[in-house]
Order: sequence, then C-alpha cells, then structure tokens
Amino acid sequence: MLRLENISWSTPDGVKILDGLSLSIKDNELTVITGPNGGGKTTLAKIIAGIEKPTSGKIYLDSVDITDKDVTERAKMGVSFAFQQPVRFKGITVRRLLELAHGGKMPEDEICNVLSRVGLCAREYTEREVNATLSGGEIKRIEIASVLARHTKLSIFDEPEAGIDLWSFTNLIKAFEQIRETLEGTLMIISHQERILNIADTIVVVGGGTVQRTGSPAELNDELFGGRFTIASCRKQEALFQ
Amino acid sequence: MNDIAKKLLEEVADFSGEFKGAYNIRVDGTCAGRQSSENIDIQNKEDNPGLVVRIRPGTKKETVSIPACVTQGGVDDLVYNDFFVGEDADVTIVAGCGVHTETGEAARHNGIHRFILGKGSKVKYIEKHIGTGEGNGTRTIDPVTEIIMGEDSTLEMDTAQIGGVDKSSRTTTAVLEKGAKLLIRERLLTEYSQYAETDFKVELNGEGSGADVISRSVAKDNSHQVYRSIIIGNAPCTGHTECDAIISENGVVDATPGLFARNEDAALIHEAAIGKIAGEQILKLRTLGLTEEEAQNTIIQGFLS
Repeated sequence: MLRLENISWSTPDGVKILDGLSLSIKDNELTVITGPNGGGKTTLAKIIAGIEKPTSGKIYLDSVDITDKDVTERAKMGVSFAFQQPVRFKGITVRRLLELAHGGKMPEDEICNVLSRVGLCAREYTEREVNATLSGGEIKRIEIASVLARHTKLSIFDEPEAGIDLWSFTNLIKAFEQIRETLEGTLMIISHQERILNIADTIVVVGGGTVQRTGSPAELNDELFGGRFTIASCRKQEALFQ
Repeated sequence: MNDIAKKLLEEVADFSGEFKGAYNIRVDGTCAGRQSSENIDIQNKEDNPGLVVRIRPGTKKETVSIPACVTQGGVDDLVYNDFFVGEDADVTIVAGCGVHTETGEAARHNGIHRFILGKGSKVKYIEKHIGTGEGNGTRTIDPVTEIIMGEDSTLEMDTAQIGGVDKSSRTTTAVLEKGAKLLIRERLLTEYSQYAETDFKVELNGEGSGADVISRSVAKDNSHQVYRSIIIGNAPCTGHTECDAIISENGVVDATPGLFARNEDAALIHEAAIGKIAGEQILKLRTLGLTEEEAQNTIIQGFLS
C-alpha cells in the first residue's frame, strides 16, 4: 500500500501547491486522481515518483518510509512513472527503451505483447527511434508501454490524454480500458477524462492542494459529472466521441 | 601479426582471424596480408605507398576490407588508397584504422582515400577509427577522403571515431554528377583533452544530385571539436547538412555549416544544434531504475549509435 501523510509542497517562489495532503492508495486497484487544473495533481504524482521532494510530510510504500529515497531508488523499489510530456531520445530505439525499462533483453513476443497493449504493432515500431519523428499519440503510447514493460507494483500515469490528437485520444482510452482488464499491480492515473474515471476502483478528487473527496465512480458520479470538479473543455472533447 | 594488431583490427573492421572476400591488411606501414577476388583487384600503388583497388563493372554484393593499424609509438604512417568502382557495381568497402602507443612516443596514421565511382555504381563505405594504449604518446589519425561520383552513383559513408584518438583532422570532399546521391553519417566522441576537426565539402554539380551530411558528436571533459560542412549547389539539386552535438563538463564544439547556392533550383538546408544532455532525458531513465551516470552513458551511447 502507498500512504502519504500530511504532504506539503511549495514552488521555489513560495506558492503553496500541496497543503497537508494525506492519502492511501490500495494495492492492486486502479485509482484515478482528478480535480481542477492547478490543484496539485501532477505535483502529487511527481512527489510519489521522487521527482519532487515534499517540504513536509511522509511517504510510505508497503510501510517503508521512502520520503528520502531518490528517483532511482524508488524506481528500483517498484515505482513507475509515465510522464505527461514524454521525453524523446535521438538514437534510442523503442526496443532499447523497453529493454531499459524491463531491466534486460526482452524476447520478441514480450515486446510485441507490451506494444500491442497500447495499440502499436511491434513490427512497425520496435526499431524506430524514440525521436521527433513519432507523433504526439505515438510517443504517449510508447511512454505508457515503457511503464508496462517494468511490471512494477505501482505505476503512475500523469494525464495520459494530455496533448494528443483526437484520433489518438480514443485509441488511448481504449488502451487504458484494456490495461484495466488485465490489471497488474497498483495503477494510479491522473486524468480528467470521464471514460478513465469510469474504469477506476477509486476516484480521488484533489483540489486546493488537498484531497477533497474520495469514492467509487458511482459514489462520486453526481458531483463529478454535475460539473463541480470537471473542466468544461474536457467534457466537450469527451462528448465528441459519444 | 601481433595481438595488438589483431585487437585493433577486430575493433575497426570486425576482424575475426580472417576476412571474407578481397582484403589488404596494413600493419605499421607494411602489408600483413592481401587477397584479391575475381572481381576486385588489389595492387600496390606505383607512385606512392598505398593501394589501387579496381572493382569490376557489375560486381554485386561483395566486400573489400583494407584496414590499417599502427601498433607502436614512433610510427608515422602515410598511405594513399585509390578505389575505382566499375559501372553498376554494388559493393561494401571497409577501411578502419586503429592507432596504439604506450611508449610515450607519438603514433600517427594518415590515410588518403580516393573513390572514383562509375555510372550507376553503389558503394557503402565504412570507416571506424580508434586509439588505444597507455602513456602520453599522442595518437593521431588524419583521414582524407576524396569522392568523385559519376552519373546516378550512390555512396553511403559511415564514419566513426569513438574514443582514444588524441588528435584528428578529418577532411572529406565530394563532387557529384547528374543524379548522384551521397549520404554521410559521422559519429564522433572526444574526451579528456582530445581535439578533432571535421571538414566536409560537397559540390553538387549535376542535375538531380543530392547530399545528406549528418554528424552526431559528443565532446566530454576538456575536449574540443571543430565542425565545418559546406555544400555547394551548382545545379538543380538537394543538399542537407546537420550537426548535432552534446557537450558535457568543459567540452567545446565549434560548428559552422555553410550553404552556397549557385543555381536557382538548388534546395539546400542546414541544421546545427549544440547543447548538454536534457535533464528530462536523465530523469526519464532514472524513473526506469538507472542511476544518473548510467542514464548519461545510455543517452550518449544511443546518440552515437
């Protein structure tokens, strides 16, 4: 179990983003973190991955205090993080990236399996470089594949739907629906999307630097989709595909 | 052939005790083995040290290897190798060079390679340079490559200098006739106090000719690289030159791409980017469990692959 106790974090110029946030993420469940922009969701994800250090508070993974562990140490302990804006690498192929994630050579069928889970054909992508020739949707899916290839106990996805074209958007949602069906370990997704929220076991609404509500999609349905927390533009985008 | 020579040849030309097809092995300025094939003839050059390699028209899928190495300090080897590639031939030429010294004395290899490509011929040219050994003796490799490309010929040059060479001046010139295509890929790693200079000059003289000159380099520690690349478009043609460099510690890169359009229909592009490794790249690899140092090495290795 992942447990955050009284986490606070401020920007270098003193703006408070997280303010005494406490949260428990259950094992082997899909938890979706949602809430208004600027409410601290991405900061929360980065704090769990060790990319940002909290100014106060404690983080426990399976009862082990990981607050002072750095990014590499947490990764080795089983924390994975998919970036909202995936990084590109000249000269590093999709195969190499997946094998770095996996921690060693991967047989073809395993590479094929990981890529097909994000809707990509291994034959077309394995030897391609993770560089600027990949579209926004392609790089997003490879980013997600790099997390899936790790098979870790906790996988965090920071707004997988952000910054991609509409066609890729629907495919990405489908990919997450499939990932949900074959859930491995604990998944945590930062998202505004209704279809992602609907496949959650637990939804956590973060706003104003703290947890505002926690519950199942059924429990939070009215509050979330009644417009209290969602962003109008996202609802519109979602409506296009229904 | 001693173990140092064998090791150098293995590194620069994938030597595993023998070569398939035609070859000439040069060790410390002398010939350590030669074999011609039915289609590829290797002879001594008459006016200078070096070789004349003649590839018959229509030769297909053959490889000729002419690696050279300097295995000790105090050797300054100069060699002139000429390649005449017959019409419609399709061959691979491997010409790596390794320089080793551990006596404190300097060791140098200067290979001047000339390629004359017949109409419609196709050449893949692979050139790998390394320096090895302990001590302060300077390891120098100064390759000169002159390429004369006949109508509709193609040359793909893959040149790499990955570590160990203290000083190098790498000069490549090419002249392209109608429909000829040239692709050059350079990879360069300098570290410590090494110095490397690269000069490319490509003249696109024939209609429909095209050149793509791409350099990726990493300058670490206190090393210094100078990159100059000039493409001259004298006809309706396409030219692209790109220098992409990573600098770390006190590494220095001076890049000067130059385009000279001498025809209204010459389409020429240059790109140059120099910078340190992006922090985000390191961070991404750390989230996969790599340490910062492992991440840096992985990024550099990929960039130069």
